[in-house]
Amino acid sequence: MRLNKKSIAVAATVVVSLGLTACGGADDGGDDGTAFTFLPKNLGNPYFDTSEVGAQSAAEELGVTVTQVGPDAASPEAQVPFINTAAQQGADALIISANDPSAICGALEEASDAGTAIVTFDSDTDPECRDLFVSQADAAGIAKVQVEMIAEQIGGAGQIAILSASANATNQNAWIELMQTELEANYPDIELVDTVYGDDDDQKSFDQTAALLQSYPELKGIVSPTTVGIAAAARYLSTSASKGEVALTGLGTPNQMREYVTDGTVTEFALWNPDDLGYLAVHAAAALANGDIEGDEGDTFTTERLGEYTVGPDGVVLLGEPFRFNADNIGDFDF
Amino acid sequence: MKNAVSDLLRSRELAVALVLIAAVVLTALKSESFVFSADGWRNLLVTPSMLVILAVGQAAVIVTRNVDLSVGSVLGLTAYMTGRIFIEAPGTPIIAVVLAAIGLGAVLGLVNGVIVAVAKVPALVITLGTLYIYRGVFLTWAGSDRINASDLPDDFLALGNKQIASIPVLSIVALLVLIAVGYYLYSTRGGREMYAIGSDPDAARLYGLPVTRRVIGAFVLSGALAGLAGVVYAARYGTVSSGAGLGIELEAVGAAVIGGVAIFGGSGTVWGAAIGAALLVTINRALPVVGISDFWQRAVVGGLILAAIVLDRVLALHRERRLSIERDTRSLA
Repeated sequence: MRLNKKSIAVAATVVVSLGLTACGGADDGGDDGTAFTFLPKNLGNPYFDTSEVGAQSAAEELGVTVTQVGPDAASPEAQVPFINTAAQQGADALIISANDPSAICGALEEASDAGTAIVTFDSDTDPECRDLFVSQADAAGIAKVQVEMIAEQIGGAGQIAILSASANATNQNAWIELMQTELEANYPDIELVDTVYGDDDDQKSFDQTAALLQSYPELKGIVSPTTVGIAAAARYLSTSASKGEVALTGLGTPNQMREYVTDGTVTEFALWNPDDLGYLAVHAAAALANGDIEGDEGDTFTTERLGEYTVGPDGVVLLGEPFRFNADNIGDFDF
Repeated sequence: MKNAVSDLLRSRELAVALVLIAAVVLTALKSESFVFSADGWRNLLVTPSMLVILAVGQAAVIVTRNVDLSVGSVLGLTAYMTGRIFIEAPGTPIIAVVLAAIGLGAVLGLVNGVIVAVAKVPALVITLGTLYIYRGVFLTWAGSDRINASDLPDDFLALGNKQIASIPVLSIVALLVLIAVGYYLYSTRGGREMYAIGSDPDAARLYGLPVTRRVIGAFVLSGALAGLAGVVYAARYGTVSSGAGLGIELEAVGAAVIGGVAIFGGSGTVWGAAIGAALLVTINRALPVVGISDFWQRAVVGGLILAAIVLDRVLALHRERRLSIERDTRSLA
């Protein structure tokens, strides 16, 4: 046990010293003009690498400097030193994907007091700890895009089933409920025959897909609103006689789904575009830092690439409808 | 007639096999394609293969009055390593990757075996510890990263559903493992010594059997087979995240127990464990087809395990009574 504590302490020291080194590097960018600090959950994460590309292209448009810093591992304590450094350097804005909704609040408040605008993206903190949250998607949009995609892929009629995460997954259940409402309201010819749970486990989701196809020989499509589920279902479909016969769509990441889009198992699936998300976050931060907006509900700002945005309740800016990935564009993404 | 039934019950392998066949037939009556379609036939044979491999290794350990709870973590680690090798060194021959995975599994099993045999601490505790340690290593290594199907070579992915004369390759691998380990346990000196050790470790030691070596050997075998199962996992599911193999150790133990491997060692066969694994997997696949909800599926698995243990207990009492009657009648005569 004592050994454990010691090794944790050693690990913590390493993380902190790594953090300090990285902060030292960030200093160079903040000397002239407007400087933003971009702090993802962790570095080396392809998802956030994609966001940073978008952040840099917004920075170029706006003529500001965006410097990316971040911990190696996605833990709340690891983000704190980076927040402190950004405040000390007098960064005009901090754009952060929070590793914890409340643990980093103290540090964020200090930064805010020092005059740094705080914009969260991808993963929010408690609303009082930041000025704006740039949200990737809302439940209604996620539900709607999935129903639209499956309807397009099965020609608007037939049996479909849902392969979800666990039976008590809050997000998935909210989406499924909205999807049911949407189906009943606008797609009378589509019948939702079953909802099964793969527990976000590759193996269980895989076996559940096999069971679905077995139990419903007339099944036309499967919707999986979870990235683990859709990849496992695609793997099963790609090896089965139902490949190309039964449509599969839902929420997935391009890297997980590339194989199955290439081999024709999956036509189209959705998620948000992290590139756009990073881009919008920097624009929102610039609007705050310039004093164009205060972050109140109803404030508006404009971006070159994505158009005009309005701040919603609780200081949330919604990126828009989820982004659809298919054979034409999947090659552009790596996350 | 009564004799025939009790003989049947006493052959646990046969009893479990009959339950398995009944489950398959009943499901096929409900949905023909469960057996009589290309996908159905393949799934029927290929799905149990991973758990069969794990259960065979687990049975060998349990026979020596030990248990290996770390196999799920070993499976996850080796499955991830399999993907990593293909990413870092594309073009590595598949056979080399398989051997590497088996090798890593064997080393992790050796660690278990050495601690159990040398420290003389119950295997339950040791392997519970290594379950978490190995999983921790895996989490640190993989982080939020995962192996995707597009990272794996097509030849390797094809192994997941390739068939030779309509028998899936992975099933053949599982069958070969079963035959080899079954032969060793049943017909060789080393195998019989493992049963003797499990029946009475102290007596085995007094008698001069190489207890330490045999126990370590059983753990190395279990680890190596978990490593092989890791490769099977990667080939079949095409995706490896840090949750791979979570909780599967309990299924492996459950399969062995259902198949008649006594949890206190010394009796049971790998055939039984393999049939138990096939039953467990097949029941899990059949229940949704028959229309039994998700929530009841776990209860059915639990019921099977309890039924197996109750059956064991009843048969043991029965046997004891009969032996004592025989002894009494002999002494009277």
